[in-house]
Amino acid sequence: MPLIDLANPTRFLGFVGRLVPWLTAVTIVLFAVGLYGAFFLAPDDYQQGATVKIMFIHVPCAWLSMFVYATMAASSLGTLVWRHPLADVSMKAAAPIGAVFTFVCLATGSLWGKPMWGTWWVWDARLTSVLVLFIMYLGLIALWQTIEDPIRGAKAVAVLTLVGAINLPIIKFSVDWWNTLHQPAAVFRLGGPTIDISMLWPLLVTALAATCLFVTLQLLAMKNEIKRRRLRTLRLIEASRPHAVAGTPVVGAAS
Amino acid sequence: MKPLAALFLREWRLSTRVGGGALMGALFFLIVVTVIPFGVGPDLKLLARIGPAILWIGALLATLLSLDRLFQADRDDGALDLLMMGETPLELVVVVKCLAHWAATGLPLVIAAPFLAVFMNLDPPAIGATVATLLVGTPALTFLGAIGAALTVSLRRGGLLSAILILPLTTPVLIFGVSATTAAVTEPTPFLAPFLILVALVLFSLVVGAIAAAQALRLSAN
Repeated sequence: MPLIDLANPTRFLGFVGRLVPWLTAVTIVLFAVGLYGAFFLAPDDYQQGATVKIMFIHVPCAWLSMFVYATMAASSLGTLVWRHPLADVSMKAAAPIGAVFTFVCLATGSLWGKPMWGTWWVWDARLTSVLVLFIMYLGLIALWQTIEDPIRGAKAVAVLTLVGAINLPIIKFSVDWWNTLHQPAAVFRLGGPTIDISMLWPLLVTALAATCLFVTLQLLAMKNEIKRRRLRTLRLIEASRPHAVAGTPVVGAAS
Repeated sequence: MKPLAALFLREWRLSTRVGGGALMGALFFLIVVTVIPFGVGPDLKLLARIGPAILWIGALLATLLSLDRLFQADRDDGALDLLMMGETPLELVVVVKCLAHWAATGLPLVIAAPFLAVFMNLDPPAIGATVATLLVGTPALTFLGAIGAALTVSLRRGGLLSAILILPLTTPVLIFGVSATTAAVTEPTPFLAPFLILVALVLFSLVVGAIAAAQALRLSAN
């Protein structure tokens, strides 16, 4: 099925209905394999001991927090440039998911930082830029909540999302540009990863699992948003019908 | 060039005359800076150390407060629609409006800063550095703030939301403004490097702010 066909919300809903059970199964299997590998097969770090296990949650969430924002930025382009009917639905669905990933990344990082650095929080460039990302997510959600008309709201949110995308390269390169307490990139770098293969493979599997989790949640959230909009339209139609005067019970209008 | 000059003069006059409220921001700035010693205590050494940061944060808050005047009144009386229909590109109109807005609300902050710096027990070199960074950096706050003002122009109570949306974007300006000031006071660290980054941020926010705000205004119009 070509991608353009999915622009039709009904076809999209059918597609989601068929895809989601498979995606859920893949997510569960990947998480099971990845977490088993992380907690039972991967060795403890020679310096950090068992606290290194936090990495298998922290790093996938950190990657996903940026990936979700990139998805939102791409969807914003879809809204502003191509007026794709599902792009703003995708944009709206991704914001809370991305906020949660970012929050989990910050929280696990804080839990990891206490035993390793001796503090819950430092104001170094990486941590600060991720905190700014979290606040941007919350701001975008607030903007969605404020504008009643979803079409108009989508355009406003799209402009702000694209402006905020400047933060993504700052997060990525913050550990290289500034001398941070946060360690530099260990996996995706020139010259290959500096992390041992016994820890690398569970990390990559959990990262893939987190990505699948995001795609599943995203599709479900988009489905909900489409249905919410249909409900809104039905209510507006019902409210503007001439015979629906006060006093006569309107079937289904209150649902 | 002529329509832009006319627009600048119009904005300037509107904001400095009765009902324009240009000096409200400066008054708010004064109050914020006065209140902080009550919070942290009247320790002059401590105040001298955090003084530049207080002045910068005060200027940031004062700028945010005055942002709702940037497009709101023009939208209410229909002038914004005329500006959008005109031949002058909307991006340029936004830049000129921002510059006039800064001249009316941001420049008083910069002028007030050396006097408030005396309250903060700053040395003359620190005062000079704070005023220089504020003079260069506050336009960036206005340009970035234009994005928030344009996004929330159609909302009834957009002021707080606009501040929430804009504050994360202004953190780099604040960071490099304050770090340039502290670098000027502490001897070995160079002043020029963070100052030049601040200048770059201003130019960057001019472009991004003008394009994004103009786009947001167009989208809110139809």
